[in-house]
Amino acid sequence: MEYFLQQLINGLTLGSIYGLIAIGYTMVYGIIGMINFAHGDIFMIGAFISLIMFLVLIGLGLTFIPLALLIVMIVAMLFTAAWGWTVERIAYRPLRESFRLAPLITAIGMSIFLQNFVQIAQGARVKPLQPVVTGGYTIMEGNGFSVQLSNIQIIIMVLTVVLMAAFSWLIANTSLGRAQRACEQDRVMAGLLGVNVDRTISLTFVIGAALAAVAGLMFLLYYGVIDFYIGFVAGIKAFTAAVLGGIGSLPGAMLGGLIIGLIETFWSAYFTIEYKDVAAFSMLAIVLIFLPSGLLGKPEVEKV
Amino acid sequence: MNDTILDVAHMTMRFGGLVAIDDLSFTARRHAITAIIGPNGAGKTTVFNCITGFYKPTTGMLTLTHEDGAQFLLERMDDFRINQHAKVARTFQNIRLFGGMTVLENLLIAQHNRLMKASGYTFTAVLGLGAYRRHEREAIDLARHWLDRTGLLDRADDPAADLPYGDQRKLEIARAMCSRPVLLCLDEPAAGLNPKESEELNQLLLRIREEAGISILLIEHDMGVVMKISDHIVVLDYGRKIAEGTPQQVRDDPAVIAAYLGVEDEEVEEVEKRLEGEA
Amino acid sequence: MAATDQAQAPAAAAQPARSNRVVAALKESAVAALVAVALSLFLLGIRTVDAPGGLQLQYRWHLVLIAAAVVFAGRFLLRLLWWREENAGAPPAVAALGKAMTAFAERFGRFAAPLLVAFAIFLPLMPFADRYIMDLAILVLTYVLLAWGLNIVVGLAGLLDLGYVAFYAVGAYSYALLATHFGLSFWIVLPLAGILAAFWGIILGFPVLRLRGDYLAIVTLAFGEIIRVVLLNWYEVTKGPDGITGIPRPSFFGLAEFKRFGENTFHEMFGIPYSPMHRIIFLYFIILALALLTNYVSMRLRRLPVGRAWEAMREDEIACRALGINITNTKLTAFAIGAFFGGLGGSFFATRQGFISPESFTFIESAIILAIVVLGGMGSQLGVAVAAIVMIGGFELFRQAEEYRMLIFGLLMVAIMVWRPRGLVSTRMPTVFLGRKRKGISADYVQEGEG
Repeated sequence: MEYFLQQLINGLTLGSIYGLIAIGYTMVYGIIGMINFAHGDIFMIGAFISLIMFLVLIGLGLTFIPLALLIVMIVAMLFTAAWGWTVERIAYRPLRESFRLAPLITAIGMSIFLQNFVQIAQGARVKPLQPVVTGGYTIMEGNGFSVQLSNIQIIIMVLTVVLMAAFSWLIANTSLGRAQRACEQDRVMAGLLGVNVDRTISLTFVIGAALAAVAGLMFLLYYGVIDFYIGFVAGIKAFTAAVLGGIGSLPGAMLGGLIIGLIETFWSAYFTIEYKDVAAFSMLAIVLIFLPSGLLGKPEVEKV
Repeated sequence: MNDTILDVAHMTMRFGGLVAIDDLSFTARRHAITAIIGPNGAGKTTVFNCITGFYKPTTGMLTLTHEDGAQFLLERMDDFRINQHAKVARTFQNIRLFGGMTVLENLLIAQHNRLMKASGYTFTAVLGLGAYRRHEREAIDLARHWLDRTGLLDRADDPAADLPYGDQRKLEIARAMCSRPVLLCLDEPAAGLNPKESEELNQLLLRIREEAGISILLIEHDMGVVMKISDHIVVLDYGRKIAEGTPQQVRDDPAVIAAYLGVEDEEVEEVEKRLEGEA
Repeated sequence: MAATDQAQAPAAAAQPARSNRVVAALKESAVAALVAVALSLFLLGIRTVDAPGGLQLQYRWHLVLIAAAVVFAGRFLLRLLWWREENAGAPPAVAALGKAMTAFAERFGRFAAPLLVAFAIFLPLMPFADRYIMDLAILVLTYVLLAWGLNIVVGLAGLLDLGYVAFYAVGAYSYALLATHFGLSFWIVLPLAGILAAFWGIILGFPVLRLRGDYLAIVTLAFGEIIRVVLLNWYEVTKGPDGITGIPRPSFFGLAEFKRFGENTFHEMFGIPYSPMHRIIFLYFIILALALLTNYVSMRLRRLPVGRAWEAMREDEIACRALGINITNTKLTAFAIGAFFGGLGGSFFATRQGFISPESFTFIESAIILAIVVLGGMGSQLGVAVAAIVMIGGFELFRQAEEYRMLIFGLLMVAIMVWRPRGLVSTRMPTVFLGRKRKGISADYVQEGEG
């Protein structure tokens, strides 16, 4: 029971990270109907910028952790957003009217480029960061096993909820959100009605990248090590989460993220840790095959 | 007597809460042209999609009978089997050609199942064995026949997407005919055609019925085409059959006029004009 | 006189337009340079280095400046020389090269192909064909084989498969395991490995039949990764990350071995002095034969009903169904036949290397093979072959700059798609003609398939 509870906490933490990345996939898919294959690598870049910014702040002698966290988060969001914007501008915008698979292939190219760029610029070795946020609470004890809820887990979950709420509000209540929904329905018509389609799509990428940057920061704090390759697998898992929740749906992305996080954690805890990625990948296949519109998505009727 | 080729009995089609077709029954006679007409959104294309297997009707029975007495329950068959075994071919409202392939290739693909068998399901033909070449020549001859009938012979080696709109409609009919159907379902074949092309289409359809002995099921908005060539007309409105009969009976039916009056002005005018012209 | 006046008037009008353009280009380039600074500030400007007691930072601001300068200059030149307006397409050189390739393939394709084959056959006799060249040629041909195999799935059937490397792996491990455990010879295992891979093609193809486009791509990618993870962790069978060593080299059709000493050696059989090149040349001819077989079969299949059904499916799946084509079988045959050739390639890879490990079967391999197919022009056999030579040969040029290879590869993939999404040879050749005139079909008409 205690073990189960501990895994539940761990799974929800991991799921929060996946959920934040999944939002980027789901928003982009919703608006331009493509898988932004490079999104996982944007997340990786967010983690790297966070790491470097932390080290810079430590170098400057800033030891008040909450302030440092806030600065790192804002800087990472800003600079990662620039990457998200650039990727869209270079690799996707010129192909918007091209055939369907072209942007997917440029996305793969971008993904390869970003991984190798970071590998060359920062080195291929794993980058450790000493624990920044420490401490926590023991919420239950028994059978010689204590259930821990660490401060970092609290931060991750609370921050995720706050960001989710903020962005859901943004999409529902601002003109940007309206423009986004209009573009999702019919891009050409939205353009004719005066919506700046290019800008709306760019902003979607920027928001997605900023959230991925937060996820990267959380990943860094939670695991304490990153490398240039973390984006690939995390990206596929987050994409699975987006599909599972119903692609195009923000709450769906979050729900999907939590489910994938839980599945991965429980699989590792009760079965084999080596095959945890197989579990996630199989989940992706199963969901797409049996539940292609996801948990919260709308089913599609084939047009003949 | 084996006079009925298609018997649609109590067919209902629901999409979620929406009832697209409500308890529809009608029959199509062999060697006849049966038209389904009705205002926009009446469910005509849905009927076609059920007959050709793209949708599975929620309830109801669709029986197709061949001249030799063989019967097929279409609602239980996969879409491709309906063409392959029950011999029903169709065209689409928004033309679906293989645009990047030539006209001739389009017509050969329509003969896929015959050629597949002739190629020993690829195994013998890939080794150069068997009589595949002879069968392919026969297939090309059939294609040539229908190209000749549709006047597309000199465009055989051009990509299908390169043809003008009217020719694309004709090619789609020729392609359907190359799959050697007994029942040909045409979804608005005259849409977008000019009067001359429309008249050519009439002649083509009549010839298909006379020469090839094929039964035709037709969805059409162009009343000129419908009234001139149909033997029997079924009128749908909101998924229900509101009238049925010969062109003369249908045009005098008050329910039909009301249905058209109830929809769009231009369509009503069109109908009235046609009716006057015919009378 | 009047004529020159008229000619001068537009020229004079063009003068301010030109300077406007320069100003606009300068402005745009400045913005681009600013973005470059934002992008590179952290990742290029500050480097994390391992140090005792944690990471330390190394500041390299000059790199940020260089990046900004390069972006500024590049953008400025592009804007001034090529792009009259935004996104006006590829630089003329790229466009012209593509056009030339297409025209060349259309006009001389029938001669170019036999010429290439003849060159390939006589390559080992060329004076420059040393060990290095032959190894490179073997590598190129392996990719040609794989790309032709994948071309059946992606180019003809229009199914975007991102997990093709899985079948390559199945082929390689089939040979490695059957040869090391049961002592079966290469020539027996080769077809067996192909069949096993085809079998896996069907198993993995079955669940994804209903998926389209992006979804299909990502699931095939997931399958590829699953197979790799299983290879990595199923230690009892695959030896995991250690890989399988001592995979037997192929014999001379079971008649002789390529060894310096021992019985039945190749050089004694032919009464020639021993040379390690014999085996290399023999391997070269094996892969050449396998590649030509792949080409022959796919050219042949294209003209048979099954091949036409593949292309028709790529064009319009719904129309296929209305014409009685069984989409399930048609897709599965494409997956199976593509996988079959992947399996052959894998077997060859195993016997050539003598050692395999899951390292060789990463997603990057799938991406490279796919990039070759796309660069070649989906569906064109000649284009794919040329693309493999260019791409793998190009990789070799960057041998000194090993770590920059993938970086440039990724950028190239983006550039090719943005500038020439239809690849080098973009016309489609019809499979049958009624008349005498044989001409290709412009890519504008040809669909790429939705999955």
